Amino acid sequence: MMRSNGNSVEVENLVKRFGDFTAVDRISFQTRTGEVFGFLGPNGSGKSTTIRILCGLLHPTSGRATVAGYDVVQSPELIRRNIGYMSQKFSLYADLTVFENLRFYAGMYGVPAADLRGRIDGALEMAGLRGRESSPTGTLSGGWKQRLALGCAVLHRPPIVFLDEPTSGVDPLSRRLFWELIQRMSDDGVTIFVTTHYMDEAEYCNRLALMNSGKLIALGTPTELKLGSIQGSLMLLDCDRLGDAIELVRRFDGVRDAAVFGNALHLVVSDAGVAPAIRAALEADSISVASLHVIRPSLEDAFVALTTRHDANGASESSS
Amino acid sequence: MNLRRLLAISRKEVFQVLRDSRSLLIVLLMPLMLMTTLGYGVNLDTKHIRMFAFDREGSQASQDLLKRFESSEYFDLVDTVTDYRALATALDDGRCQLAIVIPYDFSARLHDGRPVYVQALVDGSDNNSAELAIGYAQGVLASYGAAVQADYLRKSHAPTVNPVLSVEGRTWFNEDLESKNFIVPGVAAIVMAVVGVLLTSLTVAREWERGTMEQLISTPVSSLEIIIGKLVPYFALGMFDTAACAAIAVWWFQVPFRGSLIALAVGSGIYLTAILGLGFWISVATKHQLAASQIGLVTAFLPSFLLSGFTFPIDQMPLGVQPFTYLVAARYYIVILKSVFLRGTGLSLLAGPLIALVIYAVLMVFLAKRSFHKSLA
Repeated sequence: MMRSNGNSVEVENLVKRFGDFTAVDRISFQTRTGEVFGFLGPNGSGKSTTIRILCGLLHPTSGRATVAGYDVVQSPELIRRNIGYMSQKFSLYADLTVFENLRFYAGMYGVPAADLRGRIDGALEMAGLRGRESSPTGTLSGGWKQRLALGCAVLHRPPIVFLDEPTSGVDPLSRRLFWELIQRMSDDGVTIFVTTHYMDEAEYCNRLALMNSGKLIALGTPTELKLGSIQGSLMLLDCDRLGDAIELVRRFDGVRDAAVFGNALHLVVSDAGVAPAIRAALEADSISVASLHVIRPSLEDAFVALTTRHDANGASESSS
Repeated sequence: MNLRRLLAISRKEVFQVLRDSRSLLIVLLMPLMLMTTLGYGVNLDTKHIRMFAFDREGSQASQDLLKRFESSEYFDLVDTVTDYRALATALDDGRCQLAIVIPYDFSARLHDGRPVYVQALVDGSDNNSAELAIGYAQGVLASYGAAVQADYLRKSHAPTVNPVLSVEGRTWFNEDLESKNFIVPGVAAIVMAVVGVLLTSLTVAREWERGTMEQLISTPVSSLEIIIGKLVPYFALGMFDTAACAAIAVWWFQVPFRGSLIALAVGSGIYLTAILGLGFWISVATKHQLAASQIGLVTAFLPSFLLSGFTFPIDQMPLGVQPFTYLVAARYYIVILKSVFLRGTGLSLLAGPLIALVIYAVLMVFLAKRSFHKSLA
């Protein structure tokens, strides 16, 4: 009844202004039940503001948003019963023990007394904190804190979970463990709404929304974004004297963009057919070319291409 | 309102206070500290005024006069000197507050029935004590004068004349007119103002600062549940402190306790709720611990000390200041405390201040709830 159309989050022309600053600028999207929906974007692009609006913690300036079928402005309290939220900053009580934090949040979410023991055990299991129930939470390392925070946020088995940069400042192994937990919840039908700026994490998402300065600039599966982002082809150029090479190719007709990528160059070309001409030009300048071939863009390529294009459009819009 | 959520918040708050040694220290030491400093320190009695004398005559009569000073509990005759300069330096150094100079013709003038002038030099830097010292000195001289006169009349076989009117004074409630009986019960009001506002003003602000509030308000808990849940443990701590203050007052300072414990408990409970409500409102409104504690100190401690009638009677305050005393919760509680301790007044006669405190408490909790939004902006 609540999610008759299968969308757990629906956002339409959402705007949030803080004074003159527009943090969220007319964004619209839907998330489907049970998917891992990634919100990708640089710091200050409006990811956290959007999440906070969806959790009923901030009032939108205009536009409409529903979570689990409830309007964020009209019934934030009904939304709070149906969501779990993990804020960017670690926000459990450092001076309480692991068990005390879990019991406290079980109380806040109104977990029935009969289920209390089982739910807390489940959360301890999930966080890998069995046997450390009486440790002060403040003494745990980052990965454990973050898994415990997730455990607290889902004690009431919410159908939708909002995670605001859950893995910032956590070691790679803990990040991987954390994403396994997210995957498992998603398999159980929980909708996961997660913000991140890690490209490898973005790859785990079913769908991604790309945010830049308050605007939603692209939305799709990671593959769709990678393929749709580059107009033309992406080529990898492996050669010596990178500095001279980049100068040369940038002036070359048919090369739209060139950037250093590791110890090679990534070229964006309108047509891969220009490759022999580029190779010839480089060799004429006695730069030896080890290889020049078309590659599939990574998510990072896509991200850079989409945001630069968006920034450039924004600049031309405002200058005109 | 959900009782389980409320209890969960209270329990969490209890754990946090018990683990925060600073809060615990405030709760345990504040009654002891304020009770001893204020109980001993704020003494409005002027007794044992240190006195120097310069007896220029050295006769039987002049010695008699000095004896009268010595035997009075208001004066301590510290030293007798033989020149003016010694008197002046004693006053300058603060070794005495009052210096008496008996003239060289003291007994001769007394004998002849001529007016006698005894000079009194007073350290006027504390005007209140100085006035009292002069007043007491005049009293000693007057009684000496009367004795001399009676003696003279008896010797001349004149009929004895009794004064027509005299006052037979009897003091009620504070029979010995000791200021400690007036001060000490009121200290409880100060202790609770400090403990109540200081501790609670931090509790909400701390959660905003540490980021735990953002997590808390994302749950279904209501703002009233948060406020009342947090209030309960601090209420218990405040009542503990009240009991400690009352115990110290009665058993250590020997202040009489004539009223009922129930009246004391009811009055204290309502006052405490008002004070805790004020602390919450400050905490909710500022969201920062430093600001909250400073505003708490200024709005709770200072007015409770200065404007409540604790030390300075309200009806003797400048007229422009008096209306502001109605805004100070301690004002009503001090009336209750003094009545319960010294007069033995029961609950029924304290309806006025009790109702005022109930209104105060309800208003504070209402304001705290109204200022507390479950949102970040």
